[in-house]
Amino acid sequence: MLSKFFDKVKEGLSRTRAAMTETIAAIVPIGTRLDDDAIDDIEAALIGADMGLETSTEIVDELRKRLRSEQLEDGPAGVMRVLEEQVAAMVALGEEGVLPLEGVLPGKPYVVLIVGVNGAGKTTTAGKLAKRYTDAGKKVVIAACDTFRAAAIPQLEIWAERAGADIVRAQHGADPAAVAFDALEAAKARGADVLLVDTAGRLHNKVNLMEELKKIRRSLAKHDLGAPHETLLVLDGTSGQNALIQAREFNQATELTGFALTKLDGTAKGGIVVALRREMDLPVKLIGVGEGVDDLQPFDGAAFAKALFAE
Amino acid sequence: MFNRLSERFDDIFRSLRGQGRITERNIDETLREVRRSLLEADVNFKVAKGFILRVKEQALGQDVLKSLTPGQQLVKIVHDELVGLLGGSNSPLKLADLPPTVIMLVGLQGCGKTTIAAKLASQFKEKGRPPLLVAADMYRPAAVEQLQTLGTSIEVPVFSQPAGSDPVEICRLGVDEARKTNRSVVILDTAGRLSIDEEMMHELDRILQATSPHEILFVADCMQGQDAVETAGRFYERLAFSGCVLTKFDSDARGGAALSIREVTGQPIKFVGTGEKVGDLEPFHPDRMASRILGMGDILSLVERAEQVIERDKAQEMEEKLRTASFTFEDFLDQLQAVRRMGPLEQLMGMIPGAGKAMKGMQVDEGAFSQVEAIIRSMTRQERVQPKILNGSRRKRIARGSGTSVQDVNQLVKQFQMMQKMMKQMSRSKGGRKKMKMPFAG
Ligand SMILES: Nc1nc2c(ncn2[C@@H]2O[C@H](COP(=O)(O)OP(=O)(O)OP(=O)(O)O)[C@@H](O)[C@H]2O)c(=O)[nH]1
Ligand SMILES: [Mg+2]
Repeated sequence: MLSKFFDKVKEGLSRTRAAMTETIAAIVPIGTRLDDDAIDDIEAALIGADMGLETSTEIVDELRKRLRSEQLEDGPAGVMRVLEEQVAAMVALGEEGVLPLEGVLPGKPYVVLIVGVNGAGKTTTAGKLAKRYTDAGKKVVIAACDTFRAAAIPQLEIWAERAGADIVRAQHGADPAAVAFDALEAAKARGADVLLVDTAGRLHNKVNLMEELKKIRRSLAKHDLGAPHETLLVLDGTSGQNALIQAREFNQATELTGFALTKLDGTAKGGIVVALRREMDLPVKLIGVGEGVDDLQPFDGAAFAKALFAE
Repeated sequence: MFNRLSERFDDIFRSLRGQGRITERNIDETLREVRRSLLEADVNFKVAKGFILRVKEQALGQDVLKSLTPGQQLVKIVHDELVGLLGGSNSPLKLADLPPTVIMLVGLQGCGKTTIAAKLASQFKEKGRPPLLVAADMYRPAAVEQLQTLGTSIEVPVFSQPAGSDPVEICRLGVDEARKTNRSVVILDTAGRLSIDEEMMHELDRILQATSPHEILFVADCMQGQDAVETAGRFYERLAFSGCVLTKFDSDARGGAALSIREVTGQPIKFVGTGEKVGDLEPFHPDRMASRILGMGDILSLVERAEQVIERDKAQEMEEKLRTASFTFEDFLDQLQAVRRMGPLEQLMGMIPGAGKAMKGMQVDEGAFSQVEAIIRSMTRQERVQPKILNGSRRKRIARGSGTSVQDVNQLVKQFQMMQKMMKQMSRSKGGRKKMKMPFAG
């Protein structure tokens, strides 16, 4: 199972790699020197990976500098090395970048609040994460706080079952903050190690919905001052520059502790995380690489950069 | 952010006018700004490049250089070109000569197909064309149940099969069912899938062969980034879809994906999803989309929002008052409240083309609005209607009552008088002005 899991990651990211590698090799064929036109093309390629204009400009500025100071060898290899270095440095994580998945968790139950825009992959991520924890021998409770979307609760029930986790839910239309409160109470009563709180999808520009999120947070904190210990913003890996605004707004409403980037098994390159990291001091903690229960991975910045640019 | 583009244009050309000469190189500089704006809106970089070349040709052909207002002229060319590319005004769905019309929805995971299925069904139902929804997503947990729940809420039947059934069979049987039960439209809600998942894409081929849809709609999230080109291209290559639906349009994404999709597939964008409710489905307006992508503000949305909060009669009454300049502090207060009900001020200001410049560096201060409100509330009714009677002692009383200073009150009265004067001028100059319903916001 585990090896299949890693194959999938490699497969997912290898497509990404192939695309960038080919592009760069076409821009700077073996034996040629970089020139201004080539640098513009490289910038465009980075933008094409959703890194955004500013980040891409910053990266190629470094290329230009190296070129001027004669520190750059000819051909694609040298260019790729600089790009990889740059991106790796931009997405590098500190200690805080690691989501504790096993051993003694810093909280009992360890409360993880999962938020994001509609369809980003929150419920799926909650399900996969539940599985990671039950696999590690943890007792997991999931709170079904999406009481709004049609069939959101049954969807989560299926995930809870797959993961071997308990679920706490209320009726469709119930107050999500109340569900969160009850779930935390239940998790405590049952001696659970982890409580995952799945919330309804909401656009960050809807004031009332963001208020609702604050209320969920407050009601968790009412029960346990430390809760939620983690607030993860789930971002769709295909998203463009709007993800930066999402991150900013959600962070303002709920004090995020990190991101989970989904759908990296597709053709999108997920370069938005580079722009995100550059702009916000928050780590990417998880990546989603498929729809299966095991398709979740801790984010590894160096591996991500390598996957993008290594030969 | 909203008005960066037109602002930059103005700046560039203002400095040029100083030099008295405008050259091709200056146009290039301006177009670089356009490119920047397109990329920030997530228009694919290749698409943006092609677009810029076309606009440049146009601009050189049209003697922009000789125009008195080259900046505006260029904005207009860019905007018009964009509108043209986004497709003429809205293209309705093709209906079958012999019902049922089969509509197939396809797209990536999480893009909003199921919700769009229900919205379309609801719209058909309202138009007297009874629809049938077909639940063909057998992969995502509870996807069938989601469609069933939505179907129940809009009173539209949902055709489904037990877990483990073949989606192709479900679609075939669904269309049969629609025929047997005299439904005018069948909407096939297929599972979200990646364009590189060969097995899943093949499933779509088979559904297509089994049901011969009249419309295949590619559903895309308007927050999507550069990959829109790749994904839409692959789906199009495979299925030759006939149109596109953009979802989550009520977000603040600039939506450059729309242009990318349109450019690589040539298919029209037929609808936009504007909210989570079943009624939130609108025809696509290329001109609004163009403004949005360019970040030039969206005056139409503003007017619409204003209309939502100000009842129609009231708006007309207000227009009348504006025209005759019989506008009082009472009306002012009304408007103030209406404006605040429309949403955060900063966001509103962003929607007004040109406001970007005026408001720059000047924080929109919600507090100042509260102060104005407090001052007006401390006036008597008579004072509000006849500001002329506001003498020194009255002003002192108002300042005390509103917790402000006499200067604050003086300033407001002065501003108000200026506004009245402006309105008199506005009502004299004929034309488009009459449509302005929100003098305070403008
Ligand atoms: N290919 C792929 N699909 C994913 C991944 N993560 C989630 N999905 C799919 O994306 C779709 C939406 O996922 P959900 O988990 O329902 O998203 P959500 O954020 O909970 O959605 P709402 O609650 O409706 O806002 C589903 O079809 C998932 O199977 C991923 O990493 N890769
Ligand atoms: Mg969900």
